[in-house]
Amino acid sequence: MQRHLVLRVTTKLLMPFILLFALYVQFHGDFGPGGGFQAGVIFGAGFILYALVYGVENARLVAPDYVIRVLIAAGLLLYVGVGFAGLFFGGKFLDYNVLASDPVSGQHLGILLVEFGVGTTVAATMITIFFTFAARGRDGS
Amino acid sequence: MARQEGGRLIEILVDIVLLSFLAVMAVGILRLRSLFAVVMLFGIYSLISAGLFVTMDAVDVAFTEAAVGGGISTVLMLGTLALTTDREKEPLGNLQILPLLAVLITGAALIYGTLDMPSFGDPQAPVHLHVADRYIAEGPSATGVPNIVTAVLASYRGYDTMGELTVIFTAGIGVMLLLGAGARRRKD
Repeated sequence: MQRHLVLRVTTKLLMPFILLFALYVQFHGDFGPGGGFQAGVIFGAGFILYALVYGVENARLVAPDYVIRVLIAAGLLLYVGVGFAGLFFGGKFLDYNVLASDPVSGQHLGILLVEFGVGTTVAATMITIFFTFAARGRDGS
Repeated sequence: MARQEGGRLIEILVDIVLLSFLAVMAVGILRLRSLFAVVMLFGIYSLISAGLFVTMDAVDVAFTEAAVGGGISTVLMLGTLALTTDREKEPLGNLQILPLLAVLITGAALIYGTLDMPSFGDPQAPVHLHVADRYIAEGPSATGVPNIVTAVLASYRGYDTMGELTVIFTAGIGVMLLLGAGARRRKD
């Protein structure tokens, strides 16, 4: 895709907005439509678009394999960790009421954290799956 | 009142248009042999489904359908085409009676099954008589989250969402194991 000038310029212009929109969907999910899953997919789609236009190698420089692999596990660990934090503070597993001084803000904090975990794992998984497919195609195997 | 009636009429019209688009897409997908075009039609199919979900006021579902069905699946299917082939094999010339029969019977059974379903938005539907009332009444005040969908997904149904996340995690690991590691080992 070295010569598609319009695609390259448009992608560069769109990238910050796609990533910003993903973050908006992530953190506005409490108030409007959206949440971790959708945000993760949009965030991943931004990287996939970049990789489609500029090549997987360049995208890998931004999102190296070892970082993405850690993020896949980190999101799920954050989710489960919030669950165990509930146990630790004297509640039940995934009981957010005990996470803060009063139940409502505890719930809010818990939901924010688990949604962030969902977003992290989904985005990292989408990026990994695409990179893996794309890399395999390039090897000619 | 008249305005409400007009709104319902437009909603029905939009539904009819979207559903006929879906049918057109389905026939097109069946008839086309170029898999590249089929993947594109699948993307449009997902986008139209997302539109249908919006008319049902399920914006969160529509959002997911547009992002996952319209975006990610399309890219993944294109990736698969790049690894395999983008032409479908020509079907066998003669009419296959047994598959046709199986499809017709399954379709008839599915349509028969929908006859028992409660109509859309029926307040007496079993799904609305269980815990939904409590979620709607308590959800926003108990969790401090105005979007009930988020409150249910992340808090009331936290275990289920954790399971879903584990499924995605497992899918990523599976793809890495099946496609990623193998390719690297061969290169060495």
